[in-house]
Amino acid sequence: MSETAAQETTAHTASTAHGASIELENLTKHYPGGAQPAVDGVSMEIKAGETVVFVGPSGCGKSTTLKMINRLIEPTGGRIRIGGEDVTDIDPVKLRRKVGYAIQSAGLFPHMTVAQNIALVPRMTGWPKARIRARVEELLDLVGLDPGEFRGRYPRRLSGGQQQRVGVARALAADPPVLLMDEPFGAVDPITRDHLQDELIRLQHELHKTIVFVTHDFDEAIKLGDRIAVLRERSHIAQFDTPEAILTNPADDFVSGFVGAGAALKRLNLTRVRDVEMRDYPTVTVDTPLQQIFGHLRSSGESEILLLDRRRRPYKWLRRGDLMRAKGSLARAGTLVHDTVTRDGTLRDALEAVLTDNAGRVAVTGRRGEYLGVVDMETLMNSVHELLEADRLEAMEAQHELEEARAQQTHQEQEGPGGVTKA
Amino acid sequence: MNFWEYLGSRQQQLLADAYQHASAVFQCMVLATVIGVVIGVVTYRSDWAGNLATTATSTVLTVPSLALIGLLVPVVGLGVPPTVIALTLYGLLPIVRNAIVGLRGVDPMLVDAARGIGMSRAMRLVRVELPLAWPPILTGIRVSTQMLMGIAAIAAYASGPGLGNEIFRGLASLGSKNALNQVLAGTLGIIILALLFDAAYVLIGRLTIPRGIRV
Repeated sequence: MSETAAQETTAHTASTAHGASIELENLTKHYPGGAQPAVDGVSMEIKAGETVVFVGPSGCGKSTTLKMINRLIEPTGGRIRIGGEDVTDIDPVKLRRKVGYAIQSAGLFPHMTVAQNIALVPRMTGWPKARIRARVEELLDLVGLDPGEFRGRYPRRLSGGQQQRVGVARALAADPPVLLMDEPFGAVDPITRDHLQDELIRLQHELHKTIVFVTHDFDEAIKLGDRIAVLRERSHIAQFDTPEAILTNPADDFVSGFVGAGAALKRLNLTRVRDVEMRDYPTVTVDTPLQQIFGHLRSSGESEILLLDRRRRPYKWLRRGDLMRAKGSLARAGTLVHDTVTRDGTLRDALEAVLTDNAGRVAVTGRRGEYLGVVDMETLMNSVHELLEADRLEAMEAQHELEEARAQQTHQEQEGPGGVTKA
Repeated sequence: MNFWEYLGSRQQQLLADAYQHASAVFQCMVLATVIGVVIGVVTYRSDWAGNLATTATSTVLTVPSLALIGLLVPVVGLGVPPTVIALTLYGLLPIVRNAIVGLRGVDPMLVDAARGIGMSRAMRLVRVELPLAWPPILTGIRVSTQMLMGIAAIAAYASGPGLGNEIFRGLASLGSKNALNQVLAGTLGIIILALLFDAAYVLIGRLTIPRGIRV
C-alpha cells in the first residue's frame, strides 16, 4: 500500500521543479521617519527544499521580512539571493512570477473562477492554453479539490478552507521553486487549519519546495517547520534551529517564554504517524463471506478484526462476539469506525484518538482514506520513550560541543592573537 | 386635436427627434465614460488629486444648464458642439466619483495578492481593479444617463438636436391649440427614452458584471 503511495509521489514530482536556496544577507528595512529600522540586519540561509517558519510576537517584523524576499516591500539595505542568483535589483514583477505567494484568507479574485484564479500566473508567463488547462486540473487534484466540481466556481461559493486550498494552488501554478506563505491559515477555524496544515505537509512531502512560512502560532511552527526562526522585535533572530532543538534546548528566556508550557506534549507534534511502528491488524472487506471472516479471526489470534469497505477504508471493528450474534448478515454487527488518523498526522493526533477510543486503538489511513495499520497505547508509549531518549542524547551532545567550543575560545583568548585566527 | 391625434399626425417628426435625442445622449455618455474613467484611474491613488477631480466635476454640475449652454454658444457656435460639450461635462461627475470610490474600495489585500503573484501595474488595473470597480462605475453611468436625458432637452435652446425642440416650440406658443400637446409629447418622450436606457443598463450589467461579484 505504501508502495502505491510512493509511486504517486514520484509521478507528481517528476513534473515539478524542486526548491531553490534563499540567502538573506544583512537585510534591512528602514521606513522614512521611523527612529529604528523595522527589520534590522537579518541574515539567514535557507536550504533548498526546506520549510522555514518565522515565528514571533505580532509587530516583530516577520511579515515585513517575508515580503522583502519577493520585494513587495523594497529593502533599504542588504542582499537577497535565490538559488544563488542575486535578485535584489532585478525587475520585481519577473522575480514574483518565480516565487509563489499565498496570504491570509487566500486573496482570491472574486470576479474570477477558481480555474481563472489558478491560471493567472501561467497565463502571464505565456503558457499554451492546453497546458494551462491540464495544469489547473493537476493542481486542483493536488490540493484535494475535485476539478469537475470546483473548476468553474466563484470564490464566494467556497468555504474558507477551500479558498485557502485554491490560494495555495494558485501560488504553485507556475511551479515556482520558492513558496512564501504569510499566515495563510490565520483566518480559518481550528479544525480546518489542522487539515490544511496536514495537507501542506503532505504537499511538501511530494513537491520539496523551499517554503518560508510566517505565523505567530508556535504550535503551527513546530508542526510545519524543518527549522524555525524565532524572531524578536526588529526581526532579530533569537534562535534559528530545528523544532526539536528549540523545544529541548531554548536559547534564552525569550524563546522559552515563546515555547510555553508542555514541551513534552508539543514534542508529540513533531513526529508523524508514518514514522512510528504500526501494528498490523487482520482485515477483511465487506465482500468477504462470513465464514471466511471467522476463519481469519481464528487464525490471527486477535479478538478483533477490522472490516474495510469496497475502497479499503476502515468501516467497522468486529469482535468475536459480534460475529456470533451476526447470524449471517454483517449489516448490524460490530462498531463503526468513528475516528482515524492519517499517515501524515502527528503522534499527538494519534494519542488524542487513542485516548478517546473506548478500546484504545485507532486505524491509520493513507491519502485516500485507505487502511494502512493500527496504532494503540502500547506502540505510542514505546515510540515516545525512544524519541525523548534520543532528544536527550542529542541535547547533551550539543551542550558538550558548545562547552568545547567555549573552552577553545577562552583558550585562544588567553593565548592572545597570532595563533590560529578564528574563521 | 387631442393628444393621440397629435401624436399620429407628427409621428415622423417625433420619432426623428427622439432618435436624435437618444443618439446625442448615448454619444455623450460614451465620451463622458471614457474621460471619467481615465480621470478616475489617474487620480484615485492620491488623496488630493482624487478630491480635486471630484470637486471640479461637481462644480460643473452646479452651473445651471441653460447658463452653461448660453455661455458656450459665443465660443463654439450653435447646434451640436455646445450640446456635446455641455452634456459630456455634466455627465462626468457621477462617473468620476464612482470610479474613484470604486477603485479605492478594492480590497487592499487583493491588490497585495495581485502584486505578490507578479502582476504589473497595468495588468493589476485591467485584470483586477477595474473589473472589481466596474459595478459602481456602471451605477455612475446609469445616474449620469438619467441626468443627461433631462439636460439634453435644454440643448434645443442652442438649436441642438432632440426632443427639447418639441418642448421649446410648445412653450414659445403657449395658448395656441397644440402648445400643450407639444410640451407633453416632448416630456413623455424623454421619460420613455430614459426608461428604455435604464432597461438597457440592467442588461449591460447582467452581461458585463462577472457572476462572482454580482449582487
